[in-house]
Amino acid sequence: MEQKKLRENRRGVRKKAFLAAWPYTIPIMTGFLFLGFTYGVYMRASGFSVWYPMIMSVTIFAGSMEFVAVNMLLGAFHPLQAFLMTLMINARHLFYGISMLDRYNGKGIKKWYLVFGMCDESFSVNYTASIPEDVDREWFQFFVTFLNHCYWFAGATLGGVFGPMIHFDLKGLDFVMTAMFVVIFMDQWRKESSHVSSVLGLGLSFLCLLIFGSENFIIPSMAVILGVLTLLRGTLEKEEV
Amino acid sequence: MTTIQRILTIAVIVLGTMLTRFLPFLVFPKDKPVPGYIQYLGKVLAPAVFGLLVVYSLKGVSLFSGNHAIPEIISIGLVVLLHLWKRQMLVSIAGGTICYMLLVQTVFS
Repeated sequence: MEQKKLRENRRGVRKKAFLAAWPYTIPIMTGFLFLGFTYGVYMRASGFSVWYPMIMSVTIFAGSMEFVAVNMLLGAFHPLQAFLMTLMINARHLFYGISMLDRYNGKGIKKWYLVFGMCDESFSVNYTASIPEDVDREWFQFFVTFLNHCYWFAGATLGGVFGPMIHFDLKGLDFVMTAMFVVIFMDQWRKESSHVSSVLGLGLSFLCLLIFGSENFIIPSMAVILGVLTLLRGTLEKEEV
Repeated sequence: MTTIQRILTIAVIVLGTMLTRFLPFLVFPKDKPVPGYIQYLGKVLAPAVFGLLVVYSLKGVSLFSGNHAIPEIISIGLVVLLHLWKRQMLVSIAGGTICYMLLVQTVFS
């Protein structure tokens, strides 16, 4: 019954999901156009043709990784090192995947696209957004991911094409990403009954940043968070019920 | 690096990135029961990760030199206040970002 109704007005379903998803992506649009632009400019300034930021923004689609990749491409050819470095920088995606196991539970190509496009921002929005009852969840998730993908590609391409020609002062605009993560953190905070995990994530990461420095704190943070949450399993699971 | 080497390096980065995104879904496919421990992690990890992302997005800021993170602290304070008051995602984000841009381009430039 439900299935039949969906098939009858597929376009309507898609349009509704798009209209529900798009407002959530507006801050990401600002951030990605800006950061993507910066990335495109940076690639050109490093001596690459415009094709590089275009292709890399679509295929890698992981912001910080792409900035690191510029340096890798400028250095000597070390594929294994590049591979291991990528795993370390992007290891946090493993946590996203585990959190999304029951949310990205569709089938076929749409599901795998969601996994492919699971950058920090797509994950955050798709995990926290309150999707209205009458909106198709998978299409909503698809449009969030797809729009983010488009913004990033558009930013990188525009930066690659026009970067070398223009100058302007947008200093500080990248704060839009910090502001968005703060808002997402607060939305999560309001929804949860226990704040233990939120506080741990913020506190332990900050501690690791102070100890290990900005270049090396992600992996220790993940390890400590995983360790402490594992130790607290008995207590936290009791609270859930 | 030759063009071929560059292409190979990019391919390896794509592969590594995709591995971190796909692995949980490949190890725990939909039709098999997910172990209790992983289910538990699926519930409690995300809030911690959002905390990690806040810190991650601020990792370049130094508390002990430059502006001592004052523009960041003020602007995050504004984001929090706006969000507690209006609960409008876009208002909170735009307010905080404009405040930050004004601060780093004028007072703290």
